[in-house]
Amino acid sequence: MLKLEARPEPSRVAGWLSPLLAAAATVVVGFILFTILGKNPWLAFHAFFIKPLTTQYGVGELLLKATPLMLIAVGLAAGYRANVWNIGAEGQLTMGAIFGGGVALYFQQSASPLLLPAMLLAGIAGGMLWAAIPALLRTRFNANEILTSLMLVYVATLTLSLLVHGAWRDPEGFNFPQSRMFGDAALLPILVADTRLNIGLPLALAVVAMAWVFMRRSLAGFQMRVAGLAPAAAIYAGFSSRRTIWLGMLIGGACAGLAGVGEVAGPLGQLLPSASPGYGFAAIIVAFVGRLHPLGIVLASLLMSLLYLGGESAQINLAMPAAVTGLFQGTLLFFLLAADVFIHYRLRAVRGPARGARLLDPH
Amino acid sequence: MDLAQLIVLTLAAGTPLVYAALGELVTEKSGVLNLGVEGMMLAGAVTSFIVAATTHSAWLGVAAGMAAGAALSLIFGVLTLSLMANQVASGLALSLFGIGLSAFAGLDYVSVVIEPITPLDIPALTNLPVVGKMLFGHNPLVYLSIVLLMAIEWFLYRTRAGLIVRAVGESPQSAHAIGFPVARIRYCAVMFGGACAGLGGAYMAVAYTPLWVEGMTAGRGWIALALVVFATWKPWRILAGAYLFGGVTLAQFQAQGIGVDIPSQYLSMLPYLATIVVLAIISRDAAAIRLNAPASLGKPYHPDS
Repeated sequence: MLKLEARPEPSRVAGWLSPLLAAAATVVVGFILFTILGKNPWLAFHAFFIKPLTTQYGVGELLLKATPLMLIAVGLAAGYRANVWNIGAEGQLTMGAIFGGGVALYFQQSASPLLLPAMLLAGIAGGMLWAAIPALLRTRFNANEILTSLMLVYVATLTLSLLVHGAWRDPEGFNFPQSRMFGDAALLPILVADTRLNIGLPLALAVVAMAWVFMRRSLAGFQMRVAGLAPAAAIYAGFSSRRTIWLGMLIGGACAGLAGVGEVAGPLGQLLPSASPGYGFAAIIVAFVGRLHPLGIVLASLLMSLLYLGGESAQINLAMPAAVTGLFQGTLLFFLLAADVFIHYRLRAVRGPARGARLLDPH
Repeated sequence: MDLAQLIVLTLAAGTPLVYAALGELVTEKSGVLNLGVEGMMLAGAVTSFIVAATTHSAWLGVAAGMAAGAALSLIFGVLTLSLMANQVASGLALSLFGIGLSAFAGLDYVSVVIEPITPLDIPALTNLPVVGKMLFGHNPLVYLSIVLLMAIEWFLYRTRAGLIVRAVGESPQSAHAIGFPVARIRYCAVMFGGACAGLGGAYMAVAYTPLWVEGMTAGRGWIALALVVFATWKPWRILAGAYLFGGVTLAQFQAQGIGVDIPSQYLSMLPYLATIVVLAIISRDAAAIRLNAPASLGKPYHPDS
C-alpha cells in the first residue's frame, strides 16, 4: 500500500517537473479522447500541435495569442503569490478594451502619434478601475474578492455589449453589433510582415520583466510574497494587508486592461461584442502552470496559445468542435494540481494500516 | 400579472440556486470550499439534457445530471482531499473544466427539443381560488428543493451524523483524534454538493428553460457560492436569498413585458450587481462571518501535518 508522506521541505525539482508531467498527461488524455471520437489520434496530434506551427503566419499567431495570456498571467501571479484571488481578469480585460477603444473612437480622425499611448494608458486605467472595485469591497467591506471580481466579468461583458449595440455602434455597419474600424494611428504597428504579430509582444515581455523586478527586488513585492507564504509573519512584521490586497488587485487589473486594449488595437481593430475568447480565464491556468514565475509564465503562455491554435486547426482539419480547447485547458490544470502533490509529499510504501490507531476508536 | 403567477415564477427562477447553494453549504460545513459549482451545474445540465433527449425521460435525465455533478466533484475531492491540492485553484479548475466539458458534450443538442418536467396541474387543487396556483402550481422539482432543504436542516442539526460533519468542518484535527475518518466524511460532503449542483443544473435544462445552451447557467454557480455567505451558512436563509435572486432575475424578462424601455443589458446586470452589493453588506461584519463560517473552511487537512 502506498501512503503520502510529508516532505521535510518542498521539492523544487518536483515544482518544475510537475508542469511537464501535466502537459504529457494532457496529451495522453487527448489521444484517448480522439480515439474514442473515432479520429486518428496521430493525425489529431499533428493537426493540434504541429500544423499550426508549420508556417511563419502560424508562428506569428502563436506569439500573438501568447501575448495577452502572459501579460494577464504575470499580473494575476503577483496577486496569487500574496493570496489575493483575482479571477475576474476577463472583466478587467474587457474594461481595458472599452476604455482604450473608447479613446480610439473618440479621436477617430486623429493621426497623432500620441493616440496609441493614450489608448494604452486608458486601457490600463480601465482594467485598474475594474480591479479596484473588488479591492475596495475586500478592504472596506471584507467581501470575498473571488466572487466580486467574477461577478464583475458579467457586468463588464454586458457593458461592452450595451455599447456596441447602442452608442458606439458603427452607423454604416449594417446594424451589426460592432464599432467603426479604428484609424491607422490607433493600431499597434505590425512587427513581422505577413503576420498579425504586433509590438504588443515586446511590450508584454517588458511588463513581464518589470513584474519580475517588482516581485523579487522591491520591498512591496517582498511584503506581498511574505503575505502569501506566511500570513501570520506578515502581520507580525507589520506589513499592511490592505496594501497587499490593493497592489495584488491593481497589478492584475492593469495587466489585464493592457491586454484588453492590446486586443482591440491589435488583431481586432474595432470593438466587438466580445473582446477575448476567454483569455482572462485561460491566464489563470497559465499563471499556475508557469508556477507564478515570470519565465514559467512566458513558456506556459506559449503552450496555452498552442492549445487555442490547435483547437482552431482541429476545427478546420478534423471537424472537431472548438470547445475541445476549453476541455484541454481544464484537464491541464487538473493534472498540474494533481502532480503538485509531489512538491510537498512523497510516496512511501507502508505495510497495512497502523494497528495502534484502532485503540482510539470510540466504538 | 397577478401575484400567484409572480410567486410561481420567482420560485421557479430561484430553485437552481436553492439546489446549488444547499449542496455547497453541506460541502462547506465539512470544511471544504469547492468553487467548481458553476462547472458542476453545467455538467449536470448538459448530462440531464442529453439523457432526457435520448431516453425521452426527463426524470432519468435528472438522475444522470446528479450523477454527473457528483462525478465531477469526485475529481475535485481526489485533488483536494487525497492529493492535498489548493482548494481555491482546484475549484477554479473544476469550473473551467466543467464549462469546457459541457460545451463539448452538448454541441449536437443545442437545438434539440425534449419532453420537459412540467409544473403540477391537479385540477381540483391548482384551480382553487387565490391559493391554488400559489401552493399547487409549481414544478415538482421546486417542491423537491424545499424537501431537500428541510432534510438538510434536519440532518445537520438533528442527527449525530450531521454533528460529525460539522465537527469535521470546525476542527478536523479533533475529529481525527476522536477517530472519525475526516477524509471519507469530506468526500461524502463534496459529492453530495456535486450531486446537488448537478441537480440544480438539471432542473434548468429539463424543467426550467427547458433547453441546452452553452454556458446556460450564466454564473448561477458563482451566485450560489455568494448565497452561502449571504445565508451565513444557515440552510433556511438560503431559501430566502435564492428567491430574492430569483425575483431579480425575473425583472429582466418582466420589464420588457410591461413596456419599460430600457436596454436589456442593464436588467441582465442586475443579478450580478445585486450579488456584489449583498455580499458586501453581509461580509461587512467580519466577526459575524468568522463566527458562522466553518472554522477550517478551505484549509487542507493531512493527518501527518
